Parts: sequence; C-alpha cells; structure tokens
Amino acid sequence: MTTKKEPIWVARDLAKCSGCRKCEITCSLFHENRIWPEASRIRVFMLVPGVEFPHFCAQCEDYPCVGACPVEALSISSKTGAVLVDKEKCTGCGQCIDACLGRIPHMHPTEGYILICDLCNGDPQCVKVCQEGEWNMLKIVPRKNYTYKLYARTPEEITRDLAVKLYGEIGEEFL
Amino acid sequence: MIFGYAGKFLEVNLSTENIKEIKFDDDVLKDYIGGRGLATKILWDRLGSKWETVEPLRPQNMLLFLTGPLTGFFPGARICVSGKSPQSNGVIGSTVGGEFGVELKCAGYDGIIVTGESKKPVYLFIKDSDVEIRDAGHIWGKDAKQTVAMLTKECREILKSRFPRYGEWKEPAMMYIGPAGENKVRTTVVAAKWTHAAGYGGYGAVMGSKKLKAVVAKGTGPLPEVADMEKVKQLTQVVCENAYESELWRRWGTGSAGYEVGAKTSSEPIRNWQEEWHDEKSFGVDKFENRVWIKPYWGDFGCPTTCLKIAMVKTGKFKGAITDNPDYELQAYLGTNLGIFTPEANVFLASLIDDLGLCGIQTGNVLGFVAELFQRRILTKEDLDGLEPKWGDAEAFAALAKKIALREGIGDLLAEGTYRAALKIRETKNVDVLQYAVQSKGISIGAHGIRSGKDYPQIISYACSVQGGDHTSTAGLPLDGSGSELVEIFNDSAVYCNFNSFGLPRKLKFDFYKAVTGLELTHEEWCNTKALRMLQLQRAMLLLGGPDLKWNPKIHDENPPRFYKPLPTGPYKGKTVDKAKFEEDKRKYYEAVGWDENGVPKSEILRKLELEDVDKALEKLRVKLSEYFTVHTE
Repeated sequence: MTTKKEPIWVARDLAKCSGCRKCEITCSLFHENRIWPEASRIRVFMLVPGVEFPHFCAQCEDYPCVGACPVEALSISSKTGAVLVDKEKCTGCGQCIDACLGRIPHMHPTEGYILICDLCNGDPQCVKVCQEGEWNMLKIVPRKNYTYKLYARTPEEITRDLAVKLYGEIGEEFL
Repeated sequence: MIFGYAGKFLEVNLSTENIKEIKFDDDVLKDYIGGRGLATKILWDRLGSKWETVEPLRPQNMLLFLTGPLTGFFPGARICVSGKSPQSNGVIGSTVGGEFGVELKCAGYDGIIVTGESKKPVYLFIKDSDVEIRDAGHIWGKDAKQTVAMLTKECREILKSRFPRYGEWKEPAMMYIGPAGENKVRTTVVAAKWTHAAGYGGYGAVMGSKKLKAVVAKGTGPLPEVADMEKVKQLTQVVCENAYESELWRRWGTGSAGYEVGAKTSSEPIRNWQEEWHDEKSFGVDKFENRVWIKPYWGDFGCPTTCLKIAMVKTGKFKGAITDNPDYELQAYLGTNLGIFTPEANVFLASLIDDLGLCGIQTGNVLGFVAELFQRRILTKEDLDGLEPKWGDAEAFAALAKKIALREGIGDLLAEGTYRAALKIRETKNVDVLQYAVQSKGISIGAHGIRSGKDYPQIISYACSVQGGDHTSTAGLPLDGSGSELVEIFNDSAVYCNFNSFGLPRKLKFDFYKAVTGLELTHEEWCNTKALRMLQLQRAMLLLGGPDLKWNPKIHDENPPRFYKPLPTGPYKGKTVDKAKFEEDKRKYYEAVGWDENGVPKSEILRKLELEDVDKALEKLRVKLSEYFTVHTE
C-alpha cells in the first residue's frame, strides 16, 4: 500500500472477486458503524451467480458526476482524488447517477443523499480486507494519467463481459 | 428486545393470502435461539398436538425460513429451512449459505413462516416491510438457471420502477425450487444461487406442495444492532485469521475428499456402498482444479474461507455443464457412488441435479440403490422404462434423474426416495431390497461411512441422530464433546457456517453470541439445557412421525444392514461395525440423553426441561410401543 500523500486509484481485477462481500461489510462499518450492505459505498453485484464483482467509483479523470451536480454537493479531494459528497447540500436528485457512465452512485437507503466512494480519506478499508484474505482483487496504485473512465460501466455491462469471460458464449444466456 | 434480532417475523398464509408480522417473546428466543432450535419450538407449538396426522405435503404443514442471531455477523451467512420433513416425518434444520438471511434481516425480519397452500404458482417478494404474493405462472417449470435469471431481472425491474431515483439496484436474494420441487419429489432441495442447497429434509417438495416457486428478499436497512460492535469486530478478525490459515478448505473446499476419503479413510460410498475404498487418481482434486475449476474462490456473505469453486466442463460430450466444486458429498454421491470417477461426468450430473432442483445426496443415493438392484437383476430394463443404469454411465443416471424430477414412469416411484421406494419394490418383487437401502429413518446416509472407523462419525452417529442420515448432524458421545449432535445444533440455531469455526476454541462461538446478543451462554448450559431441550423436541416429533411412516426405535435406531458387512476392499478390508458394540454404545447414548431402553425420552428428563406437554404426548409410546408403530414394521 502506498503511504505517500498523493492521489490514488483503486485498481480492480474484477474476475478475481470471490463474492465474499467483506468489502461491503467493512465499508459500511467504517462509514455507518453498522453492517449495512445497501449503505456501502462499494456494492457487490451478482446478477449471474459466479459473476460477482464490486461496483464502485471509477474516479474518472473528468468527473462527470461532479459537473452534473446542480447544487455543488460534489467535490474532488485534492488529497486523494476521491469524489466527496456534501451530505447537507445533496438533495438526492440523482443527476450524478445519470451523468455517470456506469450509473455507480446510489442513494443512501434512509438518509436521502448520494453515496460515492470517498476512498476512506486515502486508506480504503475494502482494499485492506480484500488483500488480507489474499483475493487481491483490489489494489491501491498511484493515480496516473490513464483512462480510468473505462471502468465506469453499468452492472449489466460488467456482468455481460465477466459472464462471457467466465462461462464463454453461454454466459450471455444467463442475463 | 434482544440485540442481534430484527425483532419480528413474517407469517404468510398462502391459502388466504393473509400476510402479518408476528413476534416471539424474548424468553422463547433466549431458549430456542433461531434456525433449527426455533423451528422445533414453532412446529411443536403449532402442530405438535396433531403431529401424526400432519401430511408433510399438504397445506397443514408449514415451511419455515429462519435466520439466527449470528446470521450476517459470524463470518459465512446461512439460512435455516424447516417444517415437517417429507423424508423423516420429523423435523430437520436444513441450512444453506448465501445472502438470503442477510437480506431478510436487513428487511426487518428474522424469519418467515409460510402456511397453507396457494391455488396457483406464486412467489413471495419482500422489499423491506412491503411484502407481496406475486404470480409465478411464467416461472413454474423453469430450471434453476432460468428461474434465477428471470426472477433477478423481474425483481430488479420492479425495484427500479418503484424507486427510480435510487440508482442501480443490486439483485435481491432468493430461495427457490426447481421442477423436482414443483412435482413434490421427496429428494428435492430449496435452492439458493444456482448450486446452493438446503437439501436434508426435502423441503423443496413442501415448497412445491404450497405452489411457492420462490421467496425473494431485498432489505435496505442495516443488520440489527448488536450488544458490542467492537467485540464483534474483534472476534470476526479472530475467525477470519483462523480461516485464512486453512489451506485445505480455502484451496480445495471439500473437493479434495472425493479421492482422499476413499483412498485414505475408506469411508466413501462406492457403487451404493458395496465398497468404501478406491484409488482412482482420475478423481484426484488436482484433476478438478486443473480441468474444470474456472473460479478458484467462491463464497457467500462475510466468508473468509470461500470454499466453493465454480466448475465448468470445457470439452467432450458434457461440455457446458456448470456447477460448484462439486463438493465432497456430490463428488461421492454423483460420482463414486455411481461408479463415476472423472470430474467431467461428475460435474455434468451435479449440474443437472442443480438444474432440476434435486438433492445430490438423496438422489445420488436412490440412483445408486437402483443401479445395484439392476446389477443384481432385481430390477430389469423393462422395469426401468428401457434404461440400463450401469455403473459409470452418467447419461443413464441423468435420464433417470430427469424421470425422477418429472415423476415420469419409474421416476414416480424413485421420487419417493430410497426408503419408501425400497418398501414398494420389496412388495412388488418379493425380495428383501431393504438390505441395499443405505439410509436412516428416511434420510440417506451422508457420504461418510463408519465401517473403517477412520472417518469422523461414530457407529451410532446416524442411527441415533434426530436427523437420520444427515452427516451434518451426527449423534455422538460424550454429549458435550465435539462429536455430539448437541454441539452441532448451535450452528444450525445461531445460523452460520460451521466451516468457519473449525479449529477455534469452543468458547469463541459463545463469546460471539454474547457480543451480538448481550446474553451469557456457556457450553454447559447449552448442552445440559437448551440444546438438550431442542433435541428432545426433535426426537419427540421424529418418533410421533406419520402419517405414512412411523419409526419404531427398536427397529429403526439402526445402521443400514450394509454397515454390518465387512469392507470388501482396501487397507481396512474386513472391518465392519460390531453389532454388540453398537448396541452397547446405543444404550449408553440413550442413557446420556435421558431416553428409556426403547429410545423414548423419559418423563424425568422432559419434566426437568419443562417439556411437560411433550411428556404427555409421548405417553402412548411408552405404554404400548408396539401398538403405536403398527403402521409399518419390517
């Protein structure tokens, strides 16, 4: 893990996801002090059994969600590069969801503001548990000038790709 | 209210379509915990007085989906399915992994009690406190993979249309049946994902009898509050670190046992238990790992072990078959027990069994039984609708499995499970085929034999268990030891995966229970009072039995006849179960659990456990045991 105070990116090898959902547990414990899968900023989808993967902020280089917010509730952390949500300002209008190519942000189930991965202030808890269990699907790398935006895909798109990768052409049939 | 519980249960009457929320007193939850323990309590209170007349596959039976206080907290979430079992006519706590229990608790419910019977196929859709019975006509008849795909899509669309600003909806979790369950086949499962199964008990048939195709749940709330979250986190870390060290379970799950249990401990069913030893290296775990496992670690909510693996056949005539590992039980029952020793054929059969909603253990047992009768020419090609189930012929077994799932031709008889089919075949063929039936009280023996003495079960494990042949709930002495059924009841009642507790100090699970619920519980109290009470209740309902079969302990607290034959091959050739030793151990076990010499729980222990009504109900068995069991004898 990087210790330098520079913007980071969570590299992801989605096909390695075991579906253990420990990332959801640890994320919700960190942010809500409860085990609360729907309030986790990283959510594991399983639209097809075996094709589990975490859906969370891709940290696009042009941050379309931030630009789409009509009330300036979203900002970019200069320290980590994460999108930060101002809970007070957010009206839960959902325009950031539509602006995101992967439709990744989702509403807090009870509080009415949007949830986006904040990188735990530079020390992402999900990465820790994933590495601790040696699944190593998630890894922290220094943020570079790459097209991270490519990772902003909808759950259906990712599922289709991974299903084909895992099951071959019959993978399409399971959607 | 006790910490760790959502605090309420759903009760759904499918006959009247009435849906209500119910609660149990804290004292009930303290004594019966959840899952299997609570199931025995609910079933006894509601059906106990008429137990013998309750037909498992008729509307008066109930179907229970119960979490426990540790569900979602102790790593590796499960759910317990129960009711009056169409296999044993008693109660089985049948647990299965997955997110369903977590979704349910997050929706605000600790469990679901389903009563009555729907007129048409339906499914239950739970979104937090919105609960509805929905039409399932379009899903009825669909196999596992189709059912999961259709319901995932449909329910996500419902959620999306109702909550358009929420963002993308994760799939809800579901429990469902395949075609076999719909056809009330007794060897069926209640399934989760494609391959996870609550198998023992045959509750898929109960679900089918109620025309309930699936139960789907999405909970958006948090798991219930716990007494001490810091302690829960700390204990979780201990459990996880212990699991991370387990090379065996993590790398192979139970998938290395298909070879090892045969080759090393000589306790694997081979050709319907005619042998228990093999040295077929074609069935080595390396073959599974290198040829068919396409996903090396696959787990459910919170699991540090991820013992499951996804297998897919890539070449040959079984190309495209997908299942999990198969785990040891299915390697054995859909592999060696049928004379199959290649991963591809094994994966093919396991995949088909999943698709049909059958239980790999119970169905693999009945298939092996039929194949032996065919081998011995007791059943012929004509009896079997032209099929010839020869050892190793996966396609013939697949054809038979399909007939069972659809109750077509000979499949209708085999769909009754090994024991009931054996009784019928004995009658029509006038041959004592029960000697080839490897089961206990209507439940096929799990794939761990007792003749070599090298595997974990004791010689009384299946004969004295309140769950018959269930290898996950074996009876044993000492009563407070690790091989005791009382100890296993804890996992099934607190409802979590016991695979994540192997190798941990015994006290840890009680510490975990306290951290979640705030309640003190010691191993002694558990064994002497709570678990013992659950065991007596299960025993009472098992002995009351009915209506089609009743178990006379003098006859049926017994090993399958085959277990008294010497092992014919392998390093433990000649070893067998000593009948005198068995009788002696059984007597000691009866004494330890407070049963009389006929195996009926004594008044003394029942009164001590405050089960006066159970004591009363069993009086008729004590007075005239032989008369009570006139329903059938062997």
